[in-house]
Amino acid sequence: MQELGTVYDVSRLLGDAAAIAPQLYLIIWSLGILCVDPLVAAPHKRPWSLSFSLAGLGFALLHLLSVWDLEAPPAAFNDTIILDSFARFFDALFLVGALLTVLVSYRYLDIERAQHSEYYALILLATSGMMFMAGALDLITLFIGLELMSISTYILVGMLRHSRRSNEGALKYFLLGAFSSGVILYGMSLLYGVTGTTYLREIGDALANLPSSGLVVLAIVLMTAGLCFKVAAAPFHMWVPDAYEGAPTAVTAFMSVAVKAAAFSIFFRIYYQAFRDERDLYLLALALIAMLTMTWGNLAAVTQSNVKRLLAYSSISHAGYVLMGLVAGGQFGLQASAVYLLAYTFMNLGIWAILILLRRGDIDGEQMEDFNGLFLRRPGISVLMVIFLLSLAGIPPLGGFIAKYFVFAAVIRTALESTGGIATPLAWLAVVGALNAVVALYYYLRIVKSMFFETESVDVPLSFSTGITVTLVVTAVLTILIGVYPQPFITLAEVASAPLI
Amino acid sequence: MDFFLSNILVIVCLFPAAGIVLLLFVPRESVRLVANLVAFVGFLISIPLVTHFNDPAYIDPETRMRFVVKASWIDAIGAQFYFGIDGISLLLILLTTLLGFLSILSSWSAITERVREYYCYFLLLQAGMLGVFMALDFVLFYVFWEVMLVPMYFIIGVWGGPRKLYAAIKFFLYTLAGSVLLLLGILALYFFQYSQTGVWSFDVLQMRNLGVPLDLQWWIFIAFFVGFAIKVPMFPFHTWLPDAHVEAPTAGSVILAAILLKMGTYGFVRFSLPILPEATLQSIPWLLLLSAIGIIYGALVAMMQKDMKKLVAYSSVSHLGFCMLGVFVVTPVGLEGGLLQMINHGISTGALFLIVGIVYERRHTRMIADYGGLSHVMPVYATVFLIMTMSSIGLPALNGFIGEFLVLQGVFAHPLYRLWAVPAVIGIVLGAAYMLWLYQRVMLGKNDKEENQNLTDLNLRELVTFVPLIILAFWIGLYPRPFLEYLHEPVNEVVQIVRPGEFSPLPTQTARQ
Repeated sequence: MQELGTVYDVSRLLGDAAAIAPQLYLIIWSLGILCVDPLVAAPHKRPWSLSFSLAGLGFALLHLLSVWDLEAPPAAFNDTIILDSFARFFDALFLVGALLTVLVSYRYLDIERAQHSEYYALILLATSGMMFMAGALDLITLFIGLELMSISTYILVGMLRHSRRSNEGALKYFLLGAFSSGVILYGMSLLYGVTGTTYLREIGDALANLPSSGLVVLAIVLMTAGLCFKVAAAPFHMWVPDAYEGAPTAVTAFMSVAVKAAAFSIFFRIYYQAFRDERDLYLLALALIAMLTMTWGNLAAVTQSNVKRLLAYSSISHAGYVLMGLVAGGQFGLQASAVYLLAYTFMNLGIWAILILLRRGDIDGEQMEDFNGLFLRRPGISVLMVIFLLSLAGIPPLGGFIAKYFVFAAVIRTALESTGGIATPLAWLAVVGALNAVVALYYYLRIVKSMFFETESVDVPLSFSTGITVTLVVTAVLTILIGVYPQPFITLAEVASAPLI
Repeated sequence: MDFFLSNILVIVCLFPAAGIVLLLFVPRESVRLVANLVAFVGFLISIPLVTHFNDPAYIDPETRMRFVVKASWIDAIGAQFYFGIDGISLLLILLTTLLGFLSILSSWSAITERVREYYCYFLLLQAGMLGVFMALDFVLFYVFWEVMLVPMYFIIGVWGGPRKLYAAIKFFLYTLAGSVLLLLGILALYFFQYSQTGVWSFDVLQMRNLGVPLDLQWWIFIAFFVGFAIKVPMFPFHTWLPDAHVEAPTAGSVILAAILLKMGTYGFVRFSLPILPEATLQSIPWLLLLSAIGIIYGALVAMMQKDMKKLVAYSSVSHLGFCMLGVFVVTPVGLEGGLLQMINHGISTGALFLIVGIVYERRHTRMIADYGGLSHVMPVYATVFLIMTMSSIGLPALNGFIGEFLVLQGVFAHPLYRLWAVPAVIGIVLGAAYMLWLYQRVMLGKNDKEENQNLTDLNLRELVTFVPLIILAFWIGLYPRPFLEYLHEPVNEVVQIVRPGEFSPLPTQTARQ
């Protein structure tokens, strides 16, 4: 570790840049979009910005895959950032999420008359912010990544300038998001005050040797509250329904998948590295938060008639399941959460893609009635939707089942192996999680009911595009594959969880 | 042939699923025919299971399971693709393939809308149910157990009666609630097994010898109990059943009653009893109590019904109580009787739902009061109805008698639980009462309703659906030995695990040779 006051050796710059190469690709191409935008004539703006953003994401992904099996380079920039297998796993998740988001956005933005080059640039910037988060070894880097992602997303949510809902959602998201960033920052400053360092591992070492004091508890509480806000865990989830409903649907897809996964990546980094010896302190609280998140999200979703809002609440409840892995702790807990996020990314993106398909003509495709009789006109799309919904509900043999299996297994394993009073609450967490799957199925089936059992429907063609077709194929294949043959994906998650242990 | 026989379980299970692919591509006019053919061939290819059942080439010497297929699947958690059957699963598999075909045949003229979709769901359902009875790996079992909920949900929801939406979702949610708890129980067992053996495995048969400590056994037992009891359904988890059975289309009700319910009882016999023997032994009085309540309660409620289908549905609650009574007393004869009664219930109640479906298709009402004196216009139908009524109430020479007799004998064989035969006998009497009363009100007396004057009797297709069931009813009633012989070996094994050395085993074929 660097001595305080050591000057950064510029000659190491090139070597260090390798650790942030994927991020650099994204930043360069997003700046490219912004530069090219004023230079080309209006009708050519769209294809230009689309191809630039696909190129940026594609290059970043290619680079990531080319170094995938190599040994992780040492931490770069004074040990503040690293491209270890954990970061690679999450980076790949963000990039795939962003790629599919861009693919489904193109036609959708035309329909919404909100085709702006800045949209693509912001998606790229937000993604690079996420990648800084996933690789961060130090609180400051982590925070900068978080802010880069958050601020880009605030703007994306308000992208539909003429829509009241979009504006309202963006403002709410911005105010509460800024507030929560402040809370996290406050927690960070307390941690720095107590331990004298911003490196996560060193904080962990320092906390292990410190008697637990009120200040440490306060720091953990503040960090947890802020992070829960970012991953949309109850009771800090109030912004989610409004922001998700107001945002352009493509952005909602992006938020519910990539932004959530990014927030979880720093959740894991902080809890597994900085708070690794404070498990007794936070375990019970985190278990309660997980239970509350699942239950609240699900119960609120039951009564929704707007599908976008319903899915917003459902994504809250899924955050509760991912938290179960964190509560379970250990390598298998982290692995479970990683598997969950992996499966969740694809099944959820698939759902949102179908929702975007339904945004057609004058129909906003968000109401439950807009799904009525879909099966009779579009059996293929309806079957896909059923696959995604059942996967979200955790019905085998789909990806969502493997995801739920892993988080349940992790919690039960910890409950059985732990001694003392923690086993019972963990067992209850598993039971609450299991019963929540039933509640969730209820409201997912409401959509199925509209599609298959109602027969009256409006005959307006769906807004197909190549991008959406590609997205649907990719997400459906992966959702089924993760369920039927999960072995390679489990290995992926296992490798990803190794560096944090 | 050898390749076929060594992979026969996979082939039998996946054949209906392959049929779905075929069904998607055939022209609209031939969908019906192809679906019926697929189901019929599905039944035919399951017959070698019987003829080669005792062929030593296909018996796993260690586990005594037949036609074992084992392949690695999810190595990371030790889940395998592991199929294998014993005598219990054999009978249930044949019941499934036969009734699957008959119920598809019975839908020939009843289903007129969304035909292709309908048959796809049915074949998927068929594959799921067969997988449940074949899987010897817990994860694989769970996958099939859940998969089959989805097509059933659609069958009830699309082609069901007036309250189909409510019934479909209630069915799905109830069963899922049980299943997820079952999953937690499986996981607890899995981690305990790992702590004992150091091997990650979901092998069901290996979990029998674990010696799970009693307090953990209790937790797992409760989780399993909820999962299976909802499926059976045992009182007080039965409330989904009348809704689902009544609202489902005829073929759906047949499958629900004849096969789906058996998955719960099968789960008890395959998993709860041998894996958690101590917890089972300790809870026997409570399990018997719930079974007895089910018998009496189901029978009393059935007697009050004005709707024929509802009556048959509640009679299922009563009959399944009988099966569970035999199973939970865990004596060799009782367990065997309970298992045979499962098959009997599949035959007679399946047939009764078909019988109700016949008149419903003609008159579009199921109210008992709308009928009367049908025997005058439908003599063949009246005969079939009578045979199945007698089979259901356990008249000697028909299958129901053998099952009930064995259950009662089994209950009597255990000195402690002898008195539980009393509610069972009351249940039989009540059963005779409601079934005969139903027959009397529908078939006998004067045919005085205008609309019923010109009802047509069974046509050839309808008769064909009943013939195999009638043959089976008489066969089991007159000469049950071939059926029981398949059950001896697994029954002995389960009883020996739960009550080691307490009862002398039933004479098996190998012992006699």
